[in-house]
Amino acid sequence: MARIDLKNISHSYVAAPNTENNFALKTLNMSWQDGGAYALLGPSGCGKTTLLNIISGLLHPTHGAVLFDGDDITNRPPEKRNIAQVFQFPVVYDTMTVFQNLAFPLRNRNVPGKEIKQRVNRIAEMLELTESLPRRARDLSADAKQKISLGRGLVRTDVAAILFDEPLTVIDPQLKWSLRSQLKHLHAEFRHTMIYVTHDQTEALTFADQVIVMSEGEVVQASSPQALYERPVHTFVGRFIGSPGMNILPCEIDGAFLILADHRIPMDHIEPAAPETARLEFGVRPEFVHFSDEDDALPVSVSAIEDAGRYKIARLLFKELPIAAILPEDAPPLSATPKIKFDPENSHIYADGYLMEKGE
Amino acid sequence: MRKTLNHKALWLASPALLLVAFTALIPLLTVVNYSVQDTFGDNKFFWVGAEWYKEILLSERFHAAFFRQVAFSAAILAIEIPLGLAIALAMPKKGWGVSVCLVLMALPLLIPWNVVGTIWQIFARVDIGLLGHTLAGFGFDYNYTQDPVAAWITLIVMDVWHWTSLVVLLCYAGLVAIPQAYYQAARIDGASRWAVFRHIELPKLNRVLLIAVLLRFMDSFMIYTEPFVVTGGGPGNTTTFLSVDLVQMAIGQFDLGPAAAMSVVYFLIILGLSWLFYTVMTREDTDAEGRLP
Amino acid sequence: MTQPGTTSRLKYLTPALYILFLLTPIYWLLTMSLKTNQEILSTFSLWPVNPTFENYMVIFTDAAWYSGYINSMIYVSMNTVISVLAALPAAYAFSRYRFLGDKHIFFWLLTNRMAPPAVFALPFFQLYSSVGLFDTHIAVALAHCLFNIPLAIWILEGFMSGVPREIDETAYIDGYSFPRFFTKIFLPLIASGVGVAAFFCFMFSWVELLIARTLTSVAAKPIAAVMTRTVSASGLDWGVLAAAGVLTIIPGALVIWFVRHHIARGFALGRV
Repeated sequence: MARIDLKNISHSYVAAPNTENNFALKTLNMSWQDGGAYALLGPSGCGKTTLLNIISGLLHPTHGAVLFDGDDITNRPPEKRNIAQVFQFPVVYDTMTVFQNLAFPLRNRNVPGKEIKQRVNRIAEMLELTESLPRRARDLSADAKQKISLGRGLVRTDVAAILFDEPLTVIDPQLKWSLRSQLKHLHAEFRHTMIYVTHDQTEALTFADQVIVMSEGEVVQASSPQALYERPVHTFVGRFIGSPGMNILPCEIDGAFLILADHRIPMDHIEPAAPETARLEFGVRPEFVHFSDEDDALPVSVSAIEDAGRYKIARLLFKELPIAAILPEDAPPLSATPKIKFDPENSHIYADGYLMEKGE
Repeated sequence: MRKTLNHKALWLASPALLLVAFTALIPLLTVVNYSVQDTFGDNKFFWVGAEWYKEILLSERFHAAFFRQVAFSAAILAIEIPLGLAIALAMPKKGWGVSVCLVLMALPLLIPWNVVGTIWQIFARVDIGLLGHTLAGFGFDYNYTQDPVAAWITLIVMDVWHWTSLVVLLCYAGLVAIPQAYYQAARIDGASRWAVFRHIELPKLNRVLLIAVLLRFMDSFMIYTEPFVVTGGGPGNTTTFLSVDLVQMAIGQFDLGPAAAMSVVYFLIILGLSWLFYTVMTREDTDAEGRLP
Repeated sequence: MTQPGTTSRLKYLTPALYILFLLTPIYWLLTMSLKTNQEILSTFSLWPVNPTFENYMVIFTDAAWYSGYINSMIYVSMNTVISVLAALPAAYAFSRYRFLGDKHIFFWLLTNRMAPPAVFALPFFQLYSSVGLFDTHIAVALAHCLFNIPLAIWILEGFMSGVPREIDETAYIDGYSFPRFFTKIFLPLIASGVGVAAFFCFMFSWVELLIARTLTSVAAKPIAAVMTRTVSASGLDWGVLAAAGVLTIIPGALVIWFVRHHIARGFALGRV
């Protein structure tokens, strides 16, 4: 088990990078606690897999150092790093049985036969693979194969961290949920440091204690799922997380007034300190857009109501600004002239995309 | 892939079937026809039944040619398959080196077969050939026109020169199709180079190796032009393989009956092998489908 | 662990030595072609002392020689076109449909690829003589269909099976007729497969001699067969023979260069 530190890591796939754009991963510093569950979340091409491969040692970073428990292991090959990795497509050794697959990493490390048997049996039981042990690994289903991949990491006693590279991509939707909860269970049991790469926000938010949102080779926000939800530090995070994503509307600020499409809304706690040239945006999640009868509420028109199962999404127009709002499933029908208010606690102002701290 | 039942599809295949029927069936029937008849040369034929077959199957000459053929095919398989695999494993997998290797290695495959013979004839002759001259210079008693051992070695080296690239290219295609994740997982599992070969590369190459073995077996079993040009079947009969023998009998001696009977026997041997080839191939196909993610 | 630098350099030694082994006999042929016959027989040198193009001039000025190239090119091209055109619809049928006897027919086709040309030499001679096609280009082109059509069907079927059926179905729903769908949508998708199939048809028709020689005497005699003439000519002219050999390598080398990016997959016959 280990604490992982990344110091000034950056990576480029170009031999002699000279501009920012040549870097798939721009300079970043990060510390991950021993035994934590982390998720790297972002759209494809954002650098999350690059970062994962730097940690596992499959890639050597162009600059910077990787530290495990304070030791610089940047130059160590993957097999000397005490990590395990589960890949997007299940990797099993076709000609071996499930038992031999699980025993393979131990055999390569010259673990005595008796101990191998004990470890493999124990892990197989936890992964519910005991019955499949004598079967050929290639005959198993995709989810069982992914369990084998994971199992090859779990059998080792020396594993400091387990890395997951979009491990549920090829798994049937109904099995995804059960594998995910099994994974959470295993994390609680073993307390391995786990790093999970995905582009699926549900997977990231349910799995991780801390989610690192990446975009275009940079870390945009690293925080708990709740903070990502309540206080996205960048409009990218606001839009990317949540379904539907945050309402981001161009705005202006005049003293204690927020101006949305020439409409002045008093917002007493806003005290912007943005430079005059900054592009200002107002952000509020659909969950915090409420319908109201009060006089100062904003009159809107309804363009559509979508049923999303346990809630409804109201697509609204305030003047020409599109705003989404979430309605409970059993909400009464909207009035003919609906009006909305924003929850002041969860309304944010962004300058050039970045969240402005309140009360500054 | 699930296929739909549609008997009209036969029409789509009909041009190909008619062409192959014309080029294959009619000559084959001619051969069968000759194999059961005899003639006194005045275009009058009479029925002799299985007479020619008996003669061929019992003849020392056929046995000897068959034995030489099997020995030759076995020898070149034993050399070309491991050698081709080893070269494919050592080849660069990306960069400019790939194109250079592939183009240069494929070169012998596109040289007309009798030119391959000519190249080796010129290369191996003691008087004018680089190889023969050099060997003689080192004091080896090398002369492929007189010494059967030298003739055999020359033919085997020539075949290795000519065809190992086919094995290399097949194995290379199989190797580059293995997803990187397998190698990465093996590194993380601490697998040795040998273990990677044994548990990842070899199982994944199963299919292409099978194609390589069978193609090489078939083609070496039918070899004619190269030994005909280089040794002409000699010295003596020591390099007279089945095809060389057959052409000698049919065109050289114009023994139509025995030659036809031998053709049928020869073809049946190959047919048996292609049946093996086909069943093994299709079995692999269903396996592969069941294995897809 | 050894140093990564030395392992990779040692590793490339194997292919490098192999390529050296492949090129040495070809180099020797090239050297010979640039020497006079007298120089070849009298002295032994690793490179031509007095390089000369005399041997090539002999070939380019003698119609018996250069018409051999033209003949080969004609029947090889004819065969490639016929084989691919006939194989395309057949391969489509085998890759998409089940029909009466499909498996047996496919197997029978493949057996022809396995048939020894020596078996067919004599009956071919009789067949094409009897229909008056002896010593014509089309005779050789048709005869080579024996092994090239099955091969082309096999290769194309491999590539076609890689194209999802949904593409066909969508096209039919969109109102495409079969010929229009096949030429406008399907062919572009398997273009590299067609290239590979054409390459192999070219290759096997180009390198085959036994059947080509049996079916021709003068008018359609292939270059490879012309070469055997020098062997029987009084006093073997090694220089001209070598020059002719060099010239037969060139078309193959050109073709390889054009398909170099598809070579690896091509040799696996679309089945990797």
